[in-house]
Amino acid sequence: MPDVRVVNLTKKFGDIVALDNVNLTVHDKEYFSLLGPSGCGKTTLLKLIAGLIEPDSGEIYIGDKRVDNVPPEDREIGFVFQTFALFPHMTVWENVNYGPKVKNFDEKESETIVHEVLELVKLHERLGAYPNELSGGMMQRIAVARALAAGAKILLLDEPLGQLDAKVRNEIRYEMRKMAKDLNLTAIHVTHDQSEAMSISDRIAVMKKGKIVQVGTPQELYMNPASLFVANFIGESNFLEGSVAEANNGELVIELRGGAKVHAFGKGLARDERAVVVIRPEVLTVEKPSYRGKNVLRGVVEKISFEGTFIRYVIRLESEDFVIVIKPSLTERWFDIGDSITLSFESEKAHIFAYPEAGLMEEISV
Amino acid sequence: MNSRKINDALNALSSKKAPKYTTYLAAIVLFLALILLPPILGIFTKFDTMQQILNQPTLMNRALIAIANSFMIALLVSAFDVIAGVPMAWFITRGKSRWLNIIDTLADIPFIVPTAALGYSLLLFWNGPEGISALFGGSLISPGWLLITLLHFTFSFPIVVRVMVGALLDYKMEFERASRTLGASPFTAARTVTMPILRPSLIASYILAFARSLSETGATFIVAGLFENGPVFLQNIKNELAVSNPPLYEGVTVFTSLILIVVSLAIFAFIRIFGSRLRLPIRGFWPSFERKLSYKKAEASRNSITLIVFFLIVLIPSLFVALPAFEALFNPTLSEAFSGSGIWSDYWQSLVVSYALAGIVTVLSFVIGLPMALMIARKRFGKFTANMFDILVNVPLIVPSIALGVSLKFFWQNFAFIPEFLLLVFAHLAITYPYFVRSMTAAFERISLDMEEAARTLGAKPFGVFKTIMLPLTKYSILSGAIIVFTRSVSETGATLAVVTTLQTAPVVIVNWVKQFVPATPLDIGLGCGILIVLSLAVLLTLRFVTRGKARY
Repeated sequence: MPDVRVVNLTKKFGDIVALDNVNLTVHDKEYFSLLGPSGCGKTTLLKLIAGLIEPDSGEIYIGDKRVDNVPPEDREIGFVFQTFALFPHMTVWENVNYGPKVKNFDEKESETIVHEVLELVKLHERLGAYPNELSGGMMQRIAVARALAAGAKILLLDEPLGQLDAKVRNEIRYEMRKMAKDLNLTAIHVTHDQSEAMSISDRIAVMKKGKIVQVGTPQELYMNPASLFVANFIGESNFLEGSVAEANNGELVIELRGGAKVHAFGKGLARDERAVVVIRPEVLTVEKPSYRGKNVLRGVVEKISFEGTFIRYVIRLESEDFVIVIKPSLTERWFDIGDSITLSFESEKAHIFAYPEAGLMEEISV
Repeated sequence: MNSRKINDALNALSSKKAPKYTTYLAAIVLFLALILLPPILGIFTKFDTMQQILNQPTLMNRALIAIANSFMIALLVSAFDVIAGVPMAWFITRGKSRWLNIIDTLADIPFIVPTAALGYSLLLFWNGPEGISALFGGSLISPGWLLITLLHFTFSFPIVVRVMVGALLDYKMEFERASRTLGASPFTAARTVTMPILRPSLIASYILAFARSLSETGATFIVAGLFENGPVFLQNIKNELAVSNPPLYEGVTVFTSLILIVVSLAIFAFIRIFGSRLRLPIRGFWPSFERKLSYKKAEASRNSITLIVFFLIVLIPSLFVALPAFEALFNPTLSEAFSGSGIWSDYWQSLVVSYALAGIVTVLSFVIGLPMALMIARKRFGKFTANMFDILVNVPLIVPSIALGVSLKFFWQNFAFIPEFLLLVFAHLAITYPYFVRSMTAAFERISLDMEEAARTLGAKPFGVFKTIMLPLTKYSILSGAIIVFTRSVSETGATLAVVTTLQTAPVVIVNWVKQFVPATPLDIGLGCGILIVLSLAVLLTLRFVTRGKARY
């Protein structure tokens, strides 16, 4: 079973650099996601791996074999399109049987395969239906079945859940992961939905403007974002600007806008350098007004939204910055708009980054 | 087993770049060598002969008036076509009558009937004592510009209807529904949302109708009387001067053809460039007035007028020739015809020529047109090349066919060894090829690239993708493209008259009969037209039968 490896891959469309010198290895049997905002190059990368477009430079390997000159039909991949691309003039059976047929499989063998994959996606009773008679969820499952029947060892999924409604999407995403795992497939899943990527992937590559900015497990990306962009794109974050007041072997004191001082850990930052402190909303704890510990932020509740399991508060700090705080709705005390509030956080749970040259908003924008 | 081997071989070949690009290049070279360049070179080689007409002010004046008449009639007719055709297309796609299917089919009839037969049919209906004129105790409309206008309206109306029905069926109703939910009445929604979105189709249908009116020769010649438009003038000049004064004939012909070609290209370019900037009257809103136009009574009267126009001006006059044809069935004319005696021997021969020609031209259009359509639709040689050929391919469509025929003749007559039949094939190919490429390009463009890519990832080779995805999904466009090419070739008179001296096609024979260049009785003519119509319908139905399928998508 194959790894997928791309080396120094670049692809331009006219003057636009869709993919800029990308390197990536997806391990055998891994469920891997390419995550990023629209236009970041994730679909381009997927189509390059599939052979649907040709790279300008760089190499693509499937297993040990270099494939960038191999046509898509010979790469043993299965591609599931966002639009599903089910052939409208063929029935479910004919669609699924298409791969075995064009690959000249023995007729009996293909029949068995088609039955098996249709069994797998639980659509055995709709053999004679045409695509326009199926629901979105069914079409999606047929698209996967069709890719599997063609003997795919690697499943390439281009926003495969994008056209489904939320409830079906949630159901099918776990089904898809389970299927890939049961069949020992390598899967590369393109999505712009971080919760989708987080919930099904073994590892995720976060992309921005044609580059991979970080690769890691969902936990790694969430706990240790390598950049402000990742901190913002994966999960939710509060960004507070300040400058380094003290730097001592990675132990930093940051003076925030408005004068509050917070302690945190970070490397590569010197005294007086501008910095951004990143704090996840659930890391902020509510303290009594008399609290005198480290890392204190004081403010007033500006906005409240009740989200069922959680309550989300928007707090206006004394510095006029805003932070978001998320608290379980049934086990914690509720605040009202206008209430004063004192917050704190553990130094280990905050992340410090140098203030980006292009500006904070530009850096985190999708 | 053998076909399997061929299939495998083609699959293997299609994966290699060289054979793939050779196919596209061959299609381009054939297009240039057979269709685009010969008429241009033909005119250029005879450029000097134009001196002849410059010394003949009366003749030149006559030519210019005829040319002006051509454009006036074409502009007028295509405007009427759009005004009458759009409500008809609307009625067919949105109406609720259970007769819609039948009306939809009937709307194609004037298109299928070879124009020479159509011309005679209209002449009988509007002018002959048996037709509608009988009600008025004389000839209602004499041959001349009005009858030409009616004739051109009759055969170009179905073009507009066909294009607009297609456009309306493809149109996403969400836009119109959104407009309705925002408070627009049906009429306002159609005027302010649907029609502006369908503007490209409106323009395309206008251009097609315009070009068709400009080109038509055979039937126009039949109903023209003393009136002359471009094609009629060219034909008259041929009869007057071709033998007595060949240099002058060439000069007049080159002059007239050149002007017809240049002006039509200019108009086409103008519409293409400025058409997209054209603003339909969407700025103003007259909600209460348009609300009145939207509901039942207004809709019913609009539909009635549409249907009356269709039946009275288009359908019945087109089929009126059935009367004498029917009469001839119970008359010695029938046995004379089938014994092939007298004038009928020429008729049968011409039928064989016409249908063999149309068959060959259809196959050739398919063979060299398909790679071209694919090249344009999928931009195989880049965007610029695709756009350029998209425009070039359409050039023969807008050039009057008799002018095209004349210039082709001038070019190919340099190669004396080319038999006349082959000349006819080249001429008809030049005229019909754009129709096929157009319809196929549009069809290929409608197939999402995802479909092709999906097939590739499932293991299909490029040829396999073409065979299993592209062809089945475009089956109906191929069929309609083939029908258009076939019927257009059977109908074509102008280019035929221009290139041949001895060979006769069926429409040419009909024109000669009607014009009494050959002594034929009205029953002969009626039966001749009737046979032509029946055969065309048979071809149409056969093609439909052969490619019938499940219309599920």
